[in-house]
Amino acid sequence: MSSTLLFDLPGPKARARIRIATIVGGLVVLAVIGFVLWRLGGNGQLDPQRWAVLTDTRTGVPQALGEALVRTLRVAAVGMVLATLFGLLLAVGRLSDHRWVRIPTVTVIEFFRAIPLLVVIFALYFVLPKFGIQISAFAALTGGLVLYNAAVLAEIFRAGILSVDRGQREAAFGLGMRKSQVMSLVLLPQAVRRMLPVLVAQLVVLLKDSSLGFIISYFELLRQARSLVEFFTPRFGNEYTFQLYVAAGLIYIVLNVLLSQLAKYVERRTRRDKKTAATAEVAGSAEAPVGAPTGPA
Amino acid sequence: MQFFVDNLDLFWDAFLTTLSLSLLAGLLALVLGTLLAALRVSPITPLRALSTFYVETFRNTPLTVVFFFVIFGLPQIDFVIDFFPGSVLAVGLYTAAFVCEAVRSGINAVPAGQAEASRAIGLTFSQSLREVVLPQAFRTVVPPLGNVLIAMVKNTSIAAGFSVSELSSLLPRLVNANAGELMLVLLGVVVCYMVITLPAAFVLSRVERRVAILR
Repeated sequence: MSSTLLFDLPGPKARARIRIATIVGGLVVLAVIGFVLWRLGGNGQLDPQRWAVLTDTRTGVPQALGEALVRTLRVAAVGMVLATLFGLLLAVGRLSDHRWVRIPTVTVIEFFRAIPLLVVIFALYFVLPKFGIQISAFAALTGGLVLYNAAVLAEIFRAGILSVDRGQREAAFGLGMRKSQVMSLVLLPQAVRRMLPVLVAQLVVLLKDSSLGFIISYFELLRQARSLVEFFTPRFGNEYTFQLYVAAGLIYIVLNVLLSQLAKYVERRTRRDKKTAATAEVAGSAEAPVGAPTGPA
Repeated sequence: MQFFVDNLDLFWDAFLTTLSLSLLAGLLALVLGTLLAALRVSPITPLRALSTFYVETFRNTPLTVVFFFVIFGLPQIDFVIDFFPGSVLAVGLYTAAFVCEAVRSGINAVPAGQAEASRAIGLTFSQSLREVVLPQAFRTVVPPLGNVLIAMVKNTSIAAGFSVSELSSLLPRLVNANAGELMLVLLGVVVCYMVITLPAAFVLSRVERRVAILR
């Protein structure tokens, strides 16, 4: 339903009312922004000198944030690649003809989808060392991201594989292909193409979740900002606290907006392509009772 | 078993914290999200833009960053907020963006004839939205909305990083004191989460069947 059906094209009176509402609404928004700026200014947070710390290379702040950005991207990149690979494996395992493969796979998928990502990361980071396995914050964070997202991606891939027309599979078998050939040469390439928008959207979620490194002291952007603050506090008090947090937060937001734009672009391209147009409906069927396919975190 | 008896209080408190955090944040998210969805289809362009801006911003912000801004940022404009209400606010504001998207997809799924008919019998925009379109929209979005809310329950775990003693925070706390019962700590936390999410998923699937409209 197009939203324009909900109201008529406004006449002169309605247009005048809308104009007044627009002005009032705009004033309210401006007032809120003004209030925020006024309070920030009142607390001296808008002082250009305070913001200069972010660009002044002598303080080491830009370098530190840059390194933190690299660390964030490294976790996200390693996580994305491994999660996609494991996700594919799990999806294929779940569709296996053998019960002894299918049942453990389903258990793994449902287990990791049902518990919070942070619990997985905590389990790796705090519990494994008690069994004598030393694990770095990087490995714990990446491991958690991979396990959790592989389970989610497996469901996405499975939905994609199931959505491929039955004739494709039958024709492939008819040509004399083996099961593994049918899956890897016929079904998966079509499934991945169809699920590409959902896949990219989930990878954006993975990038967002890398911020959980903050909680287990992996020095990604937020933790780096926090440690810079702790470094500056003894000498300058809270002088640069707000600026550093805002900078780290903004870098994250910009990064995610860029990736989301990529996701939208991929979706538009996929939709334009008639062969893969079924994506929208398929995405809906990927949803199982527990956990969202794109569990926002 | 002795371990659980000893730490029952701790688990119970943490469970109640997670539960109340989820309920309060869920309520905030549902109300705010529905409001945002209504703005999103309204005739007034700036309101539509405002809602779009809100949704796009929050969907692209990691929840940890939202927590950061609420808990460390708000005091800079003289709103000092405690950790628990701060967590409710952060999770609620964040989830509202996802609720808005779900409700909006529901509004789009209501057949055009319904809106045309309600306009034809003279209902205003807000009347047709309130009386005709939204009630039907909500029925179709029970499954996606349920997914959003269950994901939200899991997201409340991030409050552990901001001094709220909810379920996930039990892990680092109990692991050092109870080296012998590590798997039990883990099991206890996971089961507590499932005590919330599994019944929620069950109730939602019942509700879905109850309110489904045959078309």
